[in-house]
Amino acid sequence: MKELHLPWLELAIFSPLLGAILVGRLRDPHRARIWCMVFTGISFLCSAGAWQDFQFLHATQAEDHWHWMGSIFGRELFVIDQVSAPLLPMTALLYFLTALATLRTTVRKFSFAWTLLAESMVLAMYSCQEPWMVVGLLTAGTLPPYRELRARGAPTRVYVTHMGLFVVLMVAGWAIVSAEGVGNHHSLVGIMCLLMAVLIRSGIVPFHCWVPDLFENATFGSALLFVTPIVGAYGAVRLVLPIAPDWVLRSMGVISLITAVYAAGMALVQKEGRRFFSYLFLSHSALVLVGLEMVTPIGLTGAFCIWLSVSLAMGGFGLTLRALEARRGRLSLMDFQGLYEHTPNLAMCFAITGLAAVGFPGTLGFVGAELLVDGAVATYPFVGVAVVLAAALNGIAIVTAYLRLFTGVRYSSSVSLKIRVRERYAVLALTALILIGGMLPQDRVALCHHAAEELLRVRSSHAKSAVEHAVSTEPEAAEESSAEVSARGKIAQEEHADHWLD
Amino acid sequence: MLESVIHGLGLIAVGAPTALLCVLGTASLVGQPFSERVVGRLVQFATVTGLVASLIILVSMLVTGTRHVPIELGSWVVIPHYHFYIKFVFDRLSVPFVILSYVLCGTIGAFANKYMHRESGFNRFFVFYALFMMGMVTTSLAGTIETLFGGWEFVGLSSALLVAFYQDRLGPSRNGLRVWIVYRVSDAALLVASVVMHHLSGEGDFAKLVGTGPWPGGQALVNGQQAFVVGILLLVAAAGKSALVPFSGWLPRAMEGPTPSSAVFYGALSVHLGAFLLLRMSPILDASPLLSNLVIAIGVLTAMFASFAGRVQTDIKSALSFASLTQVGIIVAEIGFGFRYIALIHILGHACLRTLQFLRAPTLLQDYRNMENAFGDRLPQFASSWMRWVPERHQAWLYRLAMERGFLDAALTHWIVDPVLNVFRYCDRLERRWTTYLAGSETRTPDRILPPSVLEDVP
Repeated sequence: MKELHLPWLELAIFSPLLGAILVGRLRDPHRARIWCMVFTGISFLCSAGAWQDFQFLHATQAEDHWHWMGSIFGRELFVIDQVSAPLLPMTALLYFLTALATLRTTVRKFSFAWTLLAESMVLAMYSCQEPWMVVGLLTAGTLPPYRELRARGAPTRVYVTHMGLFVVLMVAGWAIVSAEGVGNHHSLVGIMCLLMAVLIRSGIVPFHCWVPDLFENATFGSALLFVTPIVGAYGAVRLVLPIAPDWVLRSMGVISLITAVYAAGMALVQKEGRRFFSYLFLSHSALVLVGLEMVTPIGLTGAFCIWLSVSLAMGGFGLTLRALEARRGRLSLMDFQGLYEHTPNLAMCFAITGLAAVGFPGTLGFVGAELLVDGAVATYPFVGVAVVLAAALNGIAIVTAYLRLFTGVRYSSSVSLKIRVRERYAVLALTALILIGGMLPQDRVALCHHAAEELLRVRSSHAKSAVEHAVSTEPEAAEESSAEVSARGKIAQEEHADHWLD
Repeated sequence: MLESVIHGLGLIAVGAPTALLCVLGTASLVGQPFSERVVGRLVQFATVTGLVASLIILVSMLVTGTRHVPIELGSWVVIPHYHFYIKFVFDRLSVPFVILSYVLCGTIGAFANKYMHRESGFNRFFVFYALFMMGMVTTSLAGTIETLFGGWEFVGLSSALLVAFYQDRLGPSRNGLRVWIVYRVSDAALLVASVVMHHLSGEGDFAKLVGTGPWPGGQALVNGQQAFVVGILLLVAAAGKSALVPFSGWLPRAMEGPTPSSAVFYGALSVHLGAFLLLRMSPILDASPLLSNLVIAIGVLTAMFASFAGRVQTDIKSALSFASLTQVGIIVAEIGFGFRYIALIHILGHACLRTLQFLRAPTLLQDYRNMENAFGDRLPQFASSWMRWVPERHQAWLYRLAMERGFLDAALTHWIVDPVLNVFRYCDRLERRWTTYLAGSETRTPDRILPPSVLEDVP
């Protein structure tokens, strides 16, 4: 395996961990915010460095330089590959921007130490491929929001019920798969347990109620950072996709498709800002799963593209809503608020991030949305049109919210609601990323396509080894599996051939 | 040599409004908008540059006898099994349309520079104006369905935002939302059409789908059934954009925007975009007689409806919008009948006339007063000759029907929008119960959120 030129991954993961320890000891929230910005900034630079270094290596996987973890644990824990390479800087950027855009009015409610700890865990999870470690980090990642809910005296039962079920199913599922032997033909029980766990963590209907509940009861920043990296999809990529049969994934894809439309419709009827955001996000994250569950090259490429654009765009959208909340308190969508005159920059950011999320031309999400629609119509000839329906409903919901928040009346305020300098930097950075990324999509799409190829190759090789194992133990079961293998192999071979032809 | 010059001019024609949008948009984003004078100059420069480039291309096409000049920018995105190709086409359809766009946008730009003087949203208006112009030019010159879709979306967004331009009032915001909803339906239909076409022909290039011959001579490379499926989707897209029946309700609502935008968008250019789409895809109409008949029916129905509703409008902009819609309906019917050139000439003439009428609208009372002074008497009022044929007991009912614009908006709201929203509201109530059950108590914040000032008073 190739090596990065510096231990970028370890630096990106351990700098927020170190920051969490340091910031946890500070009593002054303003100093805590400044140090949080410093550590999330370092983490962002290191993860961006890891991505660029990885691009420079032209490898399918790479590990850190100097092998610090290898020398302690006997093997490398953190590896960067084509799936995780763009996710690392994207996640680190979201954490950095959240810290940057946290205003004085909210610093006392927002725990910077736990935010840094959560960042460290998410980055570690994206950097590891060891299934049990992914399971462990996904489990550990559910703790910071729980702690915050408890600290705020907010109800925790809805969150605990869902996350408890998620952890139990995930651990049970991977225990069954491990017991059957990785690389063998797996029983449906283990796969279904894992798949259900992914659906719960991703907020797929009917397991989605914890998301609006979390947004209502936790701080906006924490809830936003818990959901926007879409770690459920990462769980699907590492734990489910390599082993699940096509028909199971595609059946679940239909449920994700229904969720995308349902959540988009629910966003239309919400009367409060946070709930509106939570449903809008659920619709978009369901679209990522739709793409993943197609297990076709175009579908997977679309899913990876959408994953990046949705995380970034919805992250920015959420931060804008959070900035408005810091000025006005909880936002009602029942009445028109007329905030444009006071905060035109936030209005622009709201519109641009919202439109990027729905795949408006010229923004980061456009090509991903096109690929997803293309893949969906090919995989589900009639039902696939639901992706377009979901995008249309989301577009309507976003402009409805924009008009209700920023227009309709003349709002007068005795204090200035203008954008602050740090917020302006955050807004400009996000807008530039969304627009420049939208104008120059080729590299990103090619990277996503390579990630999709790699995933299909892993699926194909797993299916092959399962058949070989079945032939040696149960010849009857081997026939059943061979059809699946040939299908997966065909897709992977086509991809490989195309890759060479290119 | 000539080819590379034309290629360069083509790029200038496409790039001028894009550059204008980049300059105005970036200045707004960084919070340093230009002065009115600079904005005016930039708008003038961009429109004149684009127009001159388009005119030179037209002249070179006439001189050399070429009727189809493709400007290929290559693949924007390319991966195995998918590519997004950017191509622009100068032909008998796109050249008149792009010149019309530049002429009218230039006129409106000059007019708006004075009309919007010292308006608080002066800069915002011109950012949307630049977005619109870019969308119009991209749509007009698009050589692939994906490129056309991009321009189509830009036009839709800028139109909806301009309807809601006067944002300290409730009416424009609500009407802007209505326009946006109809446009999203139209966009969704066009996106599905584009994906279906991609699957049918392997790529989105018009030449692969509607034949390689110069417009209007191409022949569709799909069979009748495929043409019908794609054509229906395109017809929905065109109906939404051109306010054809049953989507006509948004057009008078769009008059809430500033007069210059009403003139150029809903009176002249934007409202003809649906007809332009049908003209561009006209070989598909030829491949399916059933589809052509449907286009004729919708066109005639729209013309009749608009003429009927337009007779009772009490404000000049609404009356003009219905007059405009009547002509659009006739143009669509002409396309259905296969009269491509007549439809194109009709669009060009109608757009110019209507723009001038809209621009005179703010001074209508002054114009009437001048005429009455010249006559030395009140202007004569004529009752419609149709009223003689309508029984007296039905006249009031018909008047109400026309005033309510055929209840089209109300019907769409009552039969489609409300039932869908009610289903989701019901689901929302169910979810509330389920969450309360899981949590053991009510955890949701009330829907009616009190403002902070009120909250402070609550003990």
